[in-house]
This record gives sequence, structure tokens and C-alpha cells, in this order.
Amino acid sequence: MSETKKFMYLNRRAPYGTIYALEGLEVVLIGAAFEQDVSMAFMDDGVFQLTKGQDTSDSDMKNFSPTYNALGDYEVNKIYVEQESMDDRGLTLDDLQHLVWEDEDEDYAKKPSIRVVSRQVMADLLEEQDVILNY
Amino acid sequence: MSLEVNGTVYETDEEGYLADLNQWSSEIAEKMAIDDGANLTQPHWEVINFLREYYEEYQIAPAVRVLTKAIGKRLGKDKGNSKYLYELFPYGPAKQACKYAGLPKPTGCV
Amino acid sequence: MAMLHTVNKSPFEINSLERCLQMAKSGSSVLLIEDGVYGALDGTVFSAKVKAADGLTTYVLGPDLKTRGLDPAKLIEGIEIIDYDGFVQLVADHDRIQTWL
Repeated sequence: MSETKKFMYLNRRAPYGTIYALEGLEVVLIGAAFEQDVSMAFMDDGVFQLTKGQDTSDSDMKNFSPTYNALGDYEVNKIYVEQESMDDRGLTLDDLQHLVWEDEDEDYAKKPSIRVVSRQVMADLLEEQDVILNY
Repeated sequence: MSLEVNGTVYETDEEGYLADLNQWSSEIAEKMAIDDGANLTQPHWEVINFLREYYEEYQIAPAVRVLTKAIGKRLGKDKGNSKYLYELFPYGPAKQACKYAGLPKPTGCV
Repeated sequence: MAMLHTVNKSPFEINSLERCLQMAKSGSSVLLIEDGVYGALDGTVFSAKVKAADGLTTYVLGPDLKTRGLDPAKLIEGIEIIDYDGFVQLVADHDRIQTWL
């Protein structure tokens, strides 16, 4: 058994305007099979990926926002969102989807996955990763 | 590629996955199974129906590891293991069951 | 006839909307589409610049707002939401289009 590494997927782009957000999400789901210590971080326009109420029925694109709710099933339970990026965009935690993961050891109790952190804390988190993948 | 069921031709990809999941019907699933030399029973349908519900909610076909765990939670631990699921779907539970469910191949499945 | 300016990039990522607002003459129209629709949000670090732009009529494409889950109630006051037909009408009503990529 190889040593577990800390992988962070860093998301800085808005969804839909470019392919980065969807590509990043797919890579997270694929990468989850390797059973590493995975987290996701959202800063800058990346925070717009997590907004609730996305509805692509008028735009002929796939609405991939429901897929963020599956991350818990893939054991991606640490989703960091930078406070300053939300503030700059007039967003609060209420504007984001309520993402949860189920703790199998506690009778599948639902626990929140999103952790809002300051820029300072985000910088510390980046520092402690073995690998950072950027989307 | 394509698949003919009751006189209607459905488009599939080169591995036999249905091109448009909205066209799916249980007859299509049964025809795909017959072509694979399989016969769909109630336990197969439990998994196929679960996959369709999962896709509806999350817009993805789950990886086999995720499927196994979720089936265990939904249908009981005796069914939430690879042995049980591989017996039902010998070509790989996620791959084969997703095909019958009309879903795309699971993300990350090669 | 006045000019129609379109912006399809987020103002938080690139200065396309900022430059558009600086260059557009009074009487012009500005249409925010794709990721440009984020520029229509109020209460952001950018919204004061949109509000300060004098003499411009600003529009935002409704389907692109809806795709991104943006609540029309959170837009800067005075910005008009249009649909694809409205987009076509705007193009027809202006003799030139400047696209800020």
C-alpha cells in the first residue's frame, strides 16, 4: 500500500463560460478511485460553481450542478470556499448549495462538506498539499 | 451502431450504450441483455432502477465503488458487495448495468 | 445610431467590462451575456463601476442568468433582462456592435 498523499483540486473559474469547471469536476470523480486524501477548493469566480438554482433549460447545456452533491459518495468531504471571494461577489453561504456527506460510522448521519475559510487559512491549506491540480 | 426493438431503431455508441437516455424503456434493457446472453430478473432490475434514480438525482453514473456502497445502504449489506453484483452483471456491475439502464458509461470507467 | 457593446467575460476575471464602460459613449447600450452576466450583480466589488457609468442602457441575457442560478432580484437596479428575441432586436436597433472579448 502506497503512502496517502494530499490532493487538492483548486477551482477558480465560473461554470458554463468555459469548460474548466466541468472538466475539473470529472477529474475529481475519476481521481477519487485512487483513495488519496482529496479536497476541493473554490476561490475567485470558482465560487460561482457552487451556487444553487442553476437551470440550463433555456441554454442547451448540461446542468452539472447536481453532480456536486455526489461528491460525498466519492468520499470528497472537504470542500473549502474562500470567504473573501464570496464577499467580493456579494455571495453568502445561503447562496450556495448545501453539500453534505454521509458518515457511515454514525448511521449515515449527514454532515456539511463546505467549509468557508479566510484567504489566510486558504493559503495555509495550499501550503500543506502534496499535489494541487488547477481548473 | 444501433439497436432494434419492436421495429424501432435506437442509436447507440460503439460499445452499445444508448445515445439518448430519454429513449430508454424496459424493453430496450431486455433486448440488450438478450444480445449479451443474459436474462434480467428482479435482482437485476433493483440495480438498474437504482442507477436510473441515481442519474436522475446527480446527473452521473456512479463508479462501481460508489454503486456498491450505495446499494448496500439501499438494499442491504448482503447485496452491497462486489461478489453479489458481479454475479448479476459479470461484465462489470457499473458498466453492464449502466448500459441496460440507458445511462452513459460511468465516469472514470475505462 | 448608437453603438451596442457586448461583454461575455466575468468582470472579476478580466477587465473587458471595465474597459467597455470606460469607452462606451453616452447613449450607447451594453449587453451582458455568458459569464458577462456576473457584471449585473449588485453588492459586489464591481457593481459601483456599473452604477457610475452615465448615459448607458444596460441589458442582461435572461437565459444566461438562469443557467448560472443568479436571482434577478440581486441585479443592479435599472438593468433590463432580455431574452434571445430581445437580443436580436437590440442588434437590429443598433448600427454597429462592439464585442469586448
